[in-house]
Formats: sequence, C-alpha cells, structure tokens
Amino acid sequence: MFTYTLRRLLMAIPTLLFIALVIFLLLELSPGDPMADMPLTIPPEVRESMRAALGLGEAWYIRFAKWLYMFGVIEPSHVLANMTGLDWLRVEGQRIISFQTRSPVADIVAQRLPQTLWVVGLSYLFGILLAVPIGIYSAYRQYSWFDQAGTFVSMVGFSLPTFFTGPLLILIFSIWLGWFPIIYDTTLVVDSWENFLKQLQQMAMPVFVLTLFNAAQITRFMRASMLDNMTQDYVRTARAKGMTEKVVVLVHVVRNSLIPVVTVIALGIPQIFTGAIITESVFRVNGLGQLLITAIYASDFPMVLTLSVVFAILIVLFNLIADILYAVLDPRIRYD
Amino acid sequence: MTDSVVFKPPRNQWWDVWDQFKTHKGALVGMFVFLAIVLFCFVGPWLWIHDATFINIRARNQGFSWTHPMGTDQLGRDMMARMMKGGQVSLAVGIVGMILSIFLGTLIGVLAGYFRRADGILMRLTDLFLALPLLPILLVMSMLFRQQLSSLLGVEVGMFLLIVTAIAITSWMRTARVVRGEVLTLKEREYVLAARSIGTPPRRLIIRHILPNVLSPVMVSATLMIATAIITESAVSFLGMGFPPDFPTWGRLVADGVDYMQDYPSRSMLPGIFISLVVLSVNYIGDGLRDALDPRIRGR
Repeated sequence: MFTYTLRRLLMAIPTLLFIALVIFLLLELSPGDPMADMPLTIPPEVRESMRAALGLGEAWYIRFAKWLYMFGVIEPSHVLANMTGLDWLRVEGQRIISFQTRSPVADIVAQRLPQTLWVVGLSYLFGILLAVPIGIYSAYRQYSWFDQAGTFVSMVGFSLPTFFTGPLLILIFSIWLGWFPIIYDTTLVVDSWENFLKQLQQMAMPVFVLTLFNAAQITRFMRASMLDNMTQDYVRTARAKGMTEKVVVLVHVVRNSLIPVVTVIALGIPQIFTGAIITESVFRVNGLGQLLITAIYASDFPMVLTLSVVFAILIVLFNLIADILYAVLDPRIRYD
Repeated sequence: MTDSVVFKPPRNQWWDVWDQFKTHKGALVGMFVFLAIVLFCFVGPWLWIHDATFINIRARNQGFSWTHPMGTDQLGRDMMARMMKGGQVSLAVGIVGMILSIFLGTLIGVLAGYFRRADGILMRLTDLFLALPLLPILLVMSMLFRQQLSSLLGVEVGMFLLIVTAIAITSWMRTARVVRGEVLTLKEREYVLAARSIGTPPRRLIIRHILPNVLSPVMVSATLMIATAIITESAVSFLGMGFPPDFPTWGRLVADGVDYMQDYPSRSMLPGIFISLVVLSVNYIGDGLRDALDPRIRGR
C-alpha cells in the first residue's frame, strides 16, 4: 500500500510537469498581447523594455523553467510564511506577478479562495448530506413513488445546466419575490446577526443551484450502488439470522454501498473549484472561477497558467486519494 | 404449445431492442421530445416567415403574439426564428462533437485493449487528459484560436470547427476507458480465439468481431455525449467565448437574455428551457438504451 502510494505520487510529478508545459505552450501560441491596452504613443524601445520587465523577452524554455522555479519554490514558501507567520521561511526572488494587477498571483488567489470555498464547498457538503439518504431510501423502496420522484428530480437536476437554473432562481427569488440580492457582496463582514442574515441571504441561491447539481449526481450513484448490494447473498444471510431491517439496511448494505460513492465524492472535489466557474459568473461571486475568466479575457498569462496548474494538481491529488480510499475501505482490493 | 411459437420467423435483434426500449416510458417520451425539437430547428425555418437576422427596430421588445409567437428581442429580431437558428447550431455542435469524440474514444479504447504494447502508453495518455482542467482549457483554446481560424475559414465555419474539436479532444477519455475494458474481456472469448486460429488478420478481427460487441456501451455513451457537448457549447457561449454575438446559439441567447431579465424574462428562459429539454430527453434516451441494449435485462 505504502509503495503503491509512493509510486503514484512519483508518477504524478511528470504528469503535472507535462500538463504545465501543455498549458504554457497553449498560452505561448496565443495572439493576445498583454501590452495591447497600452497607449500607442509609447516609443517602441520603451515598449520593448516594458515587455522585458513583464518577463516576455526571453525564449520560451527559459521562461518556463523560471516559472517552474517560482511556482515550485518561491510561491509555496511565501504561502507557508503567510500561513504560519514565520518570516524566515520566505525564499528571496521574483514572485509570479499578475499582468492585470501587478501583484503576486498567490496573494490574489488567497483573497479569492474563501468565497469559492464557502459557496461551493458548502453546496458540495449539502449535496452529499441530501443525496445519501435519498439514494438509500430510493433503492430500498425501488419503483415506489418516492423512487420515481427522486429519479425524476435527480435526472432534472443532472440535466439543467447551471447557467439556466441560476438566472431562473434570480428571476423568481430576486426579481419577483425580492428575497435575495442578485449580486454577491464580498465586502460584507459578518460581525452581527443582521450581517449574518445578509450573508445567508446572498449565499442561498448559488449554494442551492450547486447543491441541486451535486446532489443529483451523487444520488444516482448511491441508488445504483445500493441496488447492486441489496441482492447480494450476505443480505439474505443477515435477514435469515433474524436481524431487523434497520440493521440490515443501515449497517450492512449502506456500509458496503458507500465504498464506490466515497470515491465518486472524492473525485468530484476538484470540480468544486473548476466547475463553479459558471455559477460564480452568474451570481457575480468573485471566487477562483471568476478570477480565471477575467484573467483569460485580459490575456493575463501568469494568472491563467498558475490557476490551471493549481486545478490540475487538485485533480491529480484527489484521483490519488480516491484510489487509496477505495483500497482502504474495500479490503478485497489490493494494489501490489 | 401453439404453432405460432414454434414457427416464429427469425427476427432481427434490433426489433427486440426496440420492444424493450418501448417499455421505458421516459425514454419513449424523451425520443419524441428530441425528434420534435430537431424538426422544429431544421424544418421550422422553411415554414416560418421571419428571418433570424432581419432587424425590425420598430417591433423591438415585443411580447408573445401571433406574428411573433416567442416575441422579439431588443433589435426587433423574431425570437422564434432565432431559436430555430440557434438550435441548428447547438444541435449540430452536439451531434458532430459526439461523433468525433466517440470516434476518438473508440479508436483509442480498441487499440489499447487489443494491442498489449499500446496499452500502457495509451492509458497513461488517457489519465493525463483526465487530469487536465477541462473547462479552463476549453476557454483558453477558444480564446486563442478564434481569430486565426476565423480569418482562415470564415467566422462561422472556423468557430464551429474549433468548438467541435475542442469538445472532442476534452471528452473522449470516458468512452476510451469503457471500450478498453470491454475489449479486454472480449479478447479472451472463444470466438475470437477461433477467428484468430483460422488466420484472421487483426484489422478484420477488430472490425468484424470486436466492434459489433462493444456497440452497446458505445451507443449509450454516444447519447450521453450529445448532452455533454450541447451543455459545453452553451456554457462556452454563455461565458462569451464561443460564437460571435450576432450569431445565435442557445447558450448565447441565454447570455444575451440575462441582461434583459428584469423586463423580459422569457428571452433567456426560452432558450434555457430548450437546452434543458434536449439534455433531459437525451439523458432519458440513454437510460432507455442502456436497458434495451443489455441482453440480460431484455426479455424479462
């Protein structure tokens, strides 16, 4: 098990390097010029030195190597130093600078992360809490009206794109009923009950949209997994021993059915960050997804590159966690 | 015993599939809805009097009426004509993207499953693609190559090719994995061994004996892929990275309508409802096909 984990971790390094290279080269090909917004009156030689100041003068492999060093060594050291408050951790050197704001990319990401984590993370949590019981009951009473309704709702939740449900909710709850604000206010500081209520109000719609989507997916997996297990021999044995239905279903079947579902949940976690791009732009939540969109619009290459590679790291990491969880939860699986 | 059972003429297996498919009510309804929308989009423009790009500024922002059943937009263009035009693009992107992605996925899956030497490298490639953050890459791709392709092939064709290939490149992995797993088990079957023992070359073995047997998982993932492709295209258009503004697609229409949400909610709701209906019906068709194509479930 340990050697397997180690091998997978070592395998992840070339994968991530390759992904970073692919994204870097994609951006390299782009016709977008970060200097396009500058006035045309700037003399050509000044323009060249400005390009050099942005780090655009050198050959691509040198810039890629420099970016790797900054991303791998300097930025993590600063993030660690900010988190722990230990200043000696900082490594001296150029940091990754965003073209748009001229401030380090890691600082901007740190500002945007809480919004994304609150809205998207909470909706993922609600989605799981909602989906598991529904999936269990749907499978236990297969083809009952509850199951039919649950299947229909999960199918609908699965099919409705978030850029449709988002505006629909805004129309109903913001425009017609006036319960929730249309735009997410990031500057709101929760220091009183009144502000707490406001925070709840502005989070309600984006969280609901994403919860519906997440719950729909997880319910389908939970139900299918439960149905697979309900007909197994060990369930009949448990019933034959005279155990109550409650014990049979909630202890025996659910525990076995959760194994694939837990891995599905782990695999979905990176989507918390990437998949919320649309929801964030619908509700004007200035989280990571929105940061990426504005960076793409503004040809802010360091930001796009860094964010994409961070997303890739998350995906690779949670794939690994899902595989390991699978082996931990299911003793029949051995990675050797 | 009745004679009719004994002398039943041999039936094409697709009739059995159809019989099973018919019993799945959701799939049946889904199929009719999907066909109705396809007819609306592709036959509708021939019957409908208004043109999608005709600007009649005097008739702007109208509600539902007999002359404009779905109203008009802020430039007085007929919404129903725009919905048909947008639907043509969205459906075409969905279907062509699906075909490309399924082709790529099946090709890689069969090669990886059949040829042991190719397996390792192709599956590493699949894992690598699965680790890519897809939506950001899609956005970056459509942002970067939009102008070059537009000047090369024209705005519409260039953008269409770009979106379709981007969708195919970022969505073939799941099919490849399913097909590979299926091919790995099929390869060990006796009939494949028999075919090989009489000297069937690999190419014919794959086309004649293996491909027909992986057809059912491929067909199921093909239907689901249409839904994925339509949603992806709409999302990219919604974010303003897809087709140009004067070129309607359903995602684009939703995005344009959101700005006028307060006064004219129907303008973003209608295309949204159409996207949702197509995706929902396609998902139900996929569900029904999965049951119908599985010989263990069929006939029960």
